[in-house]
Amino acid sequence: MNSTVIVFPGSNCDRDVATALTKLQFKNKMVWHKDNNLPKSDLIVIPGGFSYGDYLRSGAIAAKSNILKEVIRAANSGCLILGICNGFQILIETGLLQGALLRNRNLKFISKDVYLKVINNDNKFCKNYKKNNIINLNIAHNEGNYFTQKDHLKELEDNALIPFKYCDKEGSINDNNNPNGSINNIAGILNNKKNILGMMPHPERMIDSLISNTDGIGLFNSILN
Amino acid sequence: MKITKDIIESHGLKLDEYSKIKQLLDREPNYLELGIFSAMWNEHCSYKSSKVHLKKLPIKNKNVIQGPGENAGVIDIGDDDAIIFKIESHNHPSFIEPYQGAATGVGGILRDVFTMGARPIALLNSIHFGDPNNKKTKNLLNGVVSGIGGYGNCIGIPTVAGETKFHETYNENILVNAMAVGLANKKKIFYSKAKGINKAVVYVGSKTGRDGIHGASMASAEFDENSEDKKPTVQVGDPFTEKLLMEACLELMKKESIISIQDMGAAGLTSSSVEMAHKGNLGIELNLDKIPCREENMSPYEMMLSESQERMLIILEDGKENEARAIFKKWDLDFVVIGKTTDTKNLSLKFQKKIVATIPIDALSSKAPLYDRKWSKKKLSKKKTNIKELKKIKFDEAFFKILSSPNHSNKKWVTEQYDQMVMGDTIERSGANAAIIKIHNKEKAIAVTVDSSANYCKSHPLSGGKQIVSESWRNLISVGAKPIAITNCLNFGNPENPEVMGEFAENIIGVKEACEFLDYPVVSGNVSFYNGTNNNNIFPTPVIGGVGLIKNLKKIQNNRFKKIDSKVLIIGKTFGHLGQSVLINEMYNMNDGIPPEVNLLNEKNNGEMVLKLINGGIVNSVHDISTGGIILALAEMSLSSQIGVKILKPKKLSNMFEYFFGEDQSRYIVEVDKNNYFKIEKLLKDNNIYFENIGVTQKDYFELDKDLKTSVKELYEINNKWYNKFNGLIS
Repeated sequence: MNSTVIVFPGSNCDRDVATALTKLQFKNKMVWHKDNNLPKSDLIVIPGGFSYGDYLRSGAIAAKSNILKEVIRAANSGCLILGICNGFQILIETGLLQGALLRNRNLKFISKDVYLKVINNDNKFCKNYKKNNIINLNIAHNEGNYFTQKDHLKELEDNALIPFKYCDKEGSINDNNNPNGSINNIAGILNNKKNILGMMPHPERMIDSLISNTDGIGLFNSILN
Repeated sequence: MKITKDIIESHGLKLDEYSKIKQLLDREPNYLELGIFSAMWNEHCSYKSSKVHLKKLPIKNKNVIQGPGENAGVIDIGDDDAIIFKIESHNHPSFIEPYQGAATGVGGILRDVFTMGARPIALLNSIHFGDPNNKKTKNLLNGVVSGIGGYGNCIGIPTVAGETKFHETYNENILVNAMAVGLANKKKIFYSKAKGINKAVVYVGSKTGRDGIHGASMASAEFDENSEDKKPTVQVGDPFTEKLLMEACLELMKKESIISIQDMGAAGLTSSSVEMAHKGNLGIELNLDKIPCREENMSPYEMMLSESQERMLIILEDGKENEARAIFKKWDLDFVVIGKTTDTKNLSLKFQKKIVATIPIDALSSKAPLYDRKWSKKKLSKKKTNIKELKKIKFDEAFFKILSSPNHSNKKWVTEQYDQMVMGDTIERSGANAAIIKIHNKEKAIAVTVDSSANYCKSHPLSGGKQIVSESWRNLISVGAKPIAITNCLNFGNPENPEVMGEFAENIIGVKEACEFLDYPVVSGNVSFYNGTNNNNIFPTPVIGGVGLIKNLKKIQNNRFKKIDSKVLIIGKTFGHLGQSVLINEMYNMNDGIPPEVNLLNEKNNGEMVLKLINGGIVNSVHDISTGGIILALAEMSLSSQIGVKILKPKKLSNMFEYFFGEDQSRYIVEVDKNNYFKIEKLLKDNNIYFENIGVTQKDYFELDKDLKTSVKELYEINNKWYNKFNGLIS
């Protein structure tokens, strides 16, 4: 399977994602933000980091870059797009995903391992997880407090567009285990066609039991199958 | 402009130093030249008070590729890999402007490491604040922690370990020390020594602004009530630009085009150009009209003394300009040829077609003042700390109070503001004995740690010096690493005060003795003097950053209990030394005792034995015993694993407090499977290593006879409340 990782000035999880993809047998290419062409890809990953320094607003400048026009075109023709952390913020800024990522509720950068419940696995990114699986991934962000309007929230909940919610070790979802204040504990969302996933947690950091755990592998393997 | 006494003093120069300048130049300097001298001759850049002492430190062993004197130290970790690392202080700027001060401290140390060709792989820090009740502390803590995180998180280097401490000695002068560790190919290491005449001198990176002018001079004086006014001397950091600069430099370094490269740190363009010319025994000529400026009408004086961040100076091979320019263009960074190397051995500056300064390079470097300042020896206190003579306290109360004290509380509030996992190679994060970072795509790792013990160093600088090096060594051993070398950040008060100078001189001797004995040399470092306000000097606070090598990833260890019903052993002898201990400090508010002595022979033997046990794969967990003694170390093992322990009182126990809170050195706790016990017992006895059985792990409860019983869960809550409460958060 062919994957492409987009690299912006200020991306800093590009190498990590590429390492994960290669380890899991994707044929991966890196594409620089000034490029106008995308290689043929089954999956495009927009990695974490601080694209263009996150000046103006996280993801705002990256959303206007050359390469994003191509990403939007690919997305509209059904290519799988995965935005992780800053990648999620960028997808929001392009309008490919709806809602907003506000500053964390405690106004601090938060970096820690969090538990996530797989709420919906009926999509190409999560089918290797079982519904209600509890997985442990790392988050590291300043602006991951997801917010959206009532109507859209209902749409997300009703149409199985929320793959992951923050929870505790036992899987209960409430405010105590919501790290950043996201509405309904949302950690990631899909678009209506379910070919675009934006998520704050970093699956690429959880692919090696020596380093952390292997809970992120399920996501990449879902895409492969 | 006529140089007056006031002008000289406002540049931080002494009148006799000014006379020396006139003598070296054979004339009066102009204002620009005076500024340049002040930038190069201040304590921060010249090491004029410390050099005579620093010379005593051991700087070599078979692993050292480059010792002190370059941007950072370099060690060999096998194959073609080298680790490049250094620690540096940013104390003064961080007190004036905590966020930017701390952020640029991180930025500066990262540049020191990638300038030499390494990709940074880990950041560490040691931060010391005043009494939490001091009204400035909360703001400084919040600013510094966000600043460290803000820079490291953005550039994408994990902040993996550190220490956060509080003591009233830092009320008016906090400490912010940042350490960076990078990985390089040992055949591709870059140095600052210029070579060849008429080679292009290239300026790359950010534009020069008016920030940080006289930053280094500011850091070479004590604070007073007007320190707020020094805010403009603090630089402003931009981690995004640094990320671009780092990537561009590393990309250029893959080509064969760099002769030498030097970052613009303290004293900016001045020190970088002088450094390169001095090391190459050359001259350098700069055309200041070419300097990319952020603001209009900048004078040569401002350009030469600006400490704007994220800038580098490169000397290029002939004919490589276009290739190099293309790389910097790709990363949207300035790339300007601003001068050339010459054979004049002068620093020569042109501005608007006129020569505006000509100074012999050696006047700024090798002929800079050097002082062997007066120092007085510190007498070891005669005061014996005898707990039996003190007011009776309850064991569990003391334990809980210490466990919930600012210095021993869980530091998650701090470390969760740092991205510890970016780059995907962090095996062991903050909170462990030492952090472990895997070498990318290889089956080996390094362990890193930072340590300090200011109260030990205050009460007896020599023992304190030995102790911090030993503690660093012990921390690395505890994770299964072979300790290789250290970097040190020496934070002291005013060196013109003989007592302070004595603390420095004796501390260096202590550090030296331990480094020599443990074959653990110093490869880089930084001295920060003048830490104090209005003649109040801080406690001497040397900080040691240690790096060790783990050759086999299967042979690593951590301090988390692994299972129930394992035996718990103490390796090393417990004498019950309570002088300068946390117990005496926290419970009795006394600080006049003597610190624990380090027996370097025991240190080495015990450490090597623990390493052997780890390599043999026969221990389940390991923790070094440090402040708070056995009881705190056991608590940390329970807290990190959620497994309890039933602690046994030794049969011959003279005093419980001495035994469990004593801070004797060279000790470790190891958790051992019952099946392995006899094997280990024999090994320890055969090698004459002293050990004691201290208990058995158990489910849920942390228990010591009738004196203490609490659930691990409760222990966790006690240990976790302070930071949240202090910062007004509901936990």
